[in-house]
Amino acid sequence: MRTHSPWQKLLARGGAVRVSLIVLVIVTLAAVFGPALMPESAREVSAAQFAPPSWEHPFGTDLHGQDLLFRVLSGARVSLTVGIAGALIAFFIGTAYGLVSGYAGGRTDGVMMRIVEILYAVPRLIILLIAVNAFDSRIKTGLAEFGAPALVAYSRIVILILSLGLIEWLTMARIVRGQVLALKAQTFVLAARSLGQSHWKILTRHLLPNLVGVVIVYLTLTVPAVILDESFLSFLGLGIQAPQASWGSLLADGAQAINPIKSYWWLLVFPAATMSATLLALNFLGDALRDVLDPRGER
Amino acid sequence: MGLVLFCAVSITFFLMRGAPGGPFDRERELLPSVKAALETKFHYDGTAWQQYTAYLGRLVHGDLGPSTRYRNRTVNELLAQTLPVSATLGGVAFALATVGGVTLGGWAATRRGTAAETGAMLASLLAISIPTFVTGPLLILVFALWLGWLPVGGWGGLEYLILPAITLAGPYVAYIARLTRTSMLEVLGQDFVRTARAKGLAEWRVVSKHVARVALLPVVSFLGPLAANLLTGSIVVETIFNIPGAGGFFVNSIQNRDGFLLEGVVIVYCALLVFLNLLADLAYPWLDRRIKLK
Repeated sequence: MRTHSPWQKLLARGGAVRVSLIVLVIVTLAAVFGPALMPESAREVSAAQFAPPSWEHPFGTDLHGQDLLFRVLSGARVSLTVGIAGALIAFFIGTAYGLVSGYAGGRTDGVMMRIVEILYAVPRLIILLIAVNAFDSRIKTGLAEFGAPALVAYSRIVILILSLGLIEWLTMARIVRGQVLALKAQTFVLAARSLGQSHWKILTRHLLPNLVGVVIVYLTLTVPAVILDESFLSFLGLGIQAPQASWGSLLADGAQAINPIKSYWWLLVFPAATMSATLLALNFLGDALRDVLDPRGER
Repeated sequence: MGLVLFCAVSITFFLMRGAPGGPFDRERELLPSVKAALETKFHYDGTAWQQYTAYLGRLVHGDLGPSTRYRNRTVNELLAQTLPVSATLGGVAFALATVGGVTLGGWAATRRGTAAETGAMLASLLAISIPTFVTGPLLILVFALWLGWLPVGGWGGLEYLILPAITLAGPYVAYIARLTRTSMLEVLGQDFVRTARAKGLAEWRVVSKHVARVALLPVVSFLGPLAANLLTGSIVVETIFNIPGAGGFFVNSIQNRDGFLLEGVVIVYCALLVFLNLLADLAYPWLDRRIKLK
């Protein structure tokens, strides 16, 4: 029997996986290099207000006459950064929490999982909103005082990353704990323990490597979840603020441009299409990865 | 169970009181005496702990407290006025999501490997990837502005319900469809299904009588949180369609530091969540006879 690497298995799942990968690569490259490559004129405010899509402005222009393609690409930078960084924080907290809870077992496990249950019951939006409301001004003054005034503009991004990361770890913790419980019952853990290995070594050498598959899958699925959350907050006016843009703030502007008098549809359609394509690709890839790496996982 | 409700309310209370800024901080600085009088009137006097115990005392009598934003209204009145609106919309969306999702997912599972299945699953993945604040305005654009079939927004007869309910239900139809399909596929491979087929049952009877009940378990456990979410209102859909529901309270009460209103909403939400999860637990043994409650 030939053995296949997970990567080969993933690619063998057909065209849609490749399309997803290509979409993600294109969006990432465009977000990283696109804004710098665009002509100077595209970045600036111009008199061409609400111009429909044309050769000069493929996505049209917005209220300030700025090129929408440029706005969407700079929004992609913010949204992708928040999504990836937030998911990474969730991943570290969730994995550590789940590992400890599952490995400790007994009463510790019971208490730790009860805490997760309670946190699930507090609507996530409340924690997010309170975090954004409470810490925004503090972080701003903190950054200004400690010699990094250039970073003040990014304080919202920092808060969003931290608070979204601090909220999205619950599912990860549950899944990791479930896996640890299953692994712990297997003989190789018993063998390691009877050989007198320390808890730390068992956790890092024996359990963690067996969790990699599951964890990667949920990391892939957490990124779109965080991006969606960020866009939701920005839509409510609590996320990224002008002149900076994220996909969510662009969509909020676009949604307002739909009214009975005059509908500037491109303001909504192009940011929505870019964001949805990215989220779709990420979700699809996560699903495919789950089939490859985690054949018994809940779907 | 009750513990979860109690903890969630307590956490919200202390988060709210611990956050900087208060309900009486406006642009204009208030006289200390005026502020103190306001604090007494709205039960914001004393330490956070004193406020908390006093609040619990009033809760026992069913008094959710006053609203600091809507000054002459109590939280009870505000919720009594807005929750029915949200619950009507949420109920319709809930029915749509459940019926639509289970039908779509079941349909896809029985057509494994066909283009129809792939199409249905791609469509549902797409529906999950588009936020409601995009689908809402797009639906308005097409069905209200271009075609003129339905009203742009507002609240009234049945025609006002259609677009918001579809917007609200969309992602959940997709999520439930995916859940149903996966679970159906798993159940279809089990021995009792083979037995049912071997004894000559028609395929639709195998699916409807034997498979569907068991396969619905994961869906049922998702319905609790879903209903709690939908019935308490969605700020996005209610804002876009200009619906006078309770969805906005969640966000606005935090920004206005309207503590009691927020806690009232959280109580309703958590109580619904806890109660519906209990119902789901009770439904398991009825759906799958192999499960026995301890």
